[in-house]
Amino acid sequence: MKMQPRTAPVRGFHFDYLMWLFTRLSALAMYLIALVGIVAALLMSARQNMTIADLMRWAFMPNPNHVANTNIPDIDAWKGIFWNVMAFLMLLFAGTHGIHGLLNVLEDYISRTWVRNLLRILGVLLWVSMTLIGISVIVTS
Amino acid sequence: MGLKRNVSLMEGLRYQGKGPMLTFILHRISGLGIVIFVALHILASFLSNHAWGTSAGLFINTIYEHWLFQIFIIFCALFHVINGLRIVILDLWPKLIEFQRETIWVEWFVFLPIYAIALIVIIRGGLGG
Repeated sequence: MKMQPRTAPVRGFHFDYLMWLFTRLSALAMYLIALVGIVAALLMSARQNMTIADLMRWAFMPNPNHVANTNIPDIDAWKGIFWNVMAFLMLLFAGTHGIHGLLNVLEDYISRTWVRNLLRILGVLLWVSMTLIGISVIVTS
Repeated sequence: MGLKRNVSLMEGLRYQGKGPMLTFILHRISGLGIVIFVALHILASFLSNHAWGTSAGLFINTIYEHWLFQIFIIFCALFHVINGLRIVILDLWPKLIEFQRETIWVEWFVFLPIYAIALIVIIRGGLGG
């Protein structure tokens, strides 16, 4: 049996294509959120008070806990509704992108239909539970 | 499902896909690494917020704060981010697929210096404290 390349789904209003598109667009959206985080951090004196590792941590997830251990004197500007929304968007994009990718990888190597369906259900459960846990972390921090 | 899955492991290992295959497989491995790390990280922060879970949360913290784990996870994050941008560009402008091999060279030229700097920082911190 020869290996076959995985092809992009046909364009149209169906789940496979929409998720294919979502994976690409959410990647761009996460780039944008990280860029906003980095620019805002530099405007809020990150250059003097944060290391590059702390800045990256903040860029990947704009959560005030990620600035708590830096030399930033006052982290009030790093909290609030704007950063909560940014963190929530990051969580939603990253979580959905990640779980969809995880299922995509698993389904390529599993040939039994019932195992695939079971893994899909587990994936959705994992997605819902991790999103809820993540939201609670964002809201309480 | 139109996908054919009955390829044996040995055939999979014998397949010589060169550059594109390497980025493909590393993209999958790094993606799985990020999913595992992010899930652990969210769980740890959630547990640490509650009195009944603080010790479990701190224990998970010690795993991913270890410098050996950080070498792995920074590889995953950087590679997935840079290779992902390449895939997005190629997929949204399909005419560029003609230059796929050249984009992979560009990608390694971008990735390797950044990862080398990150490695130096992590290893110096890991060994020197």
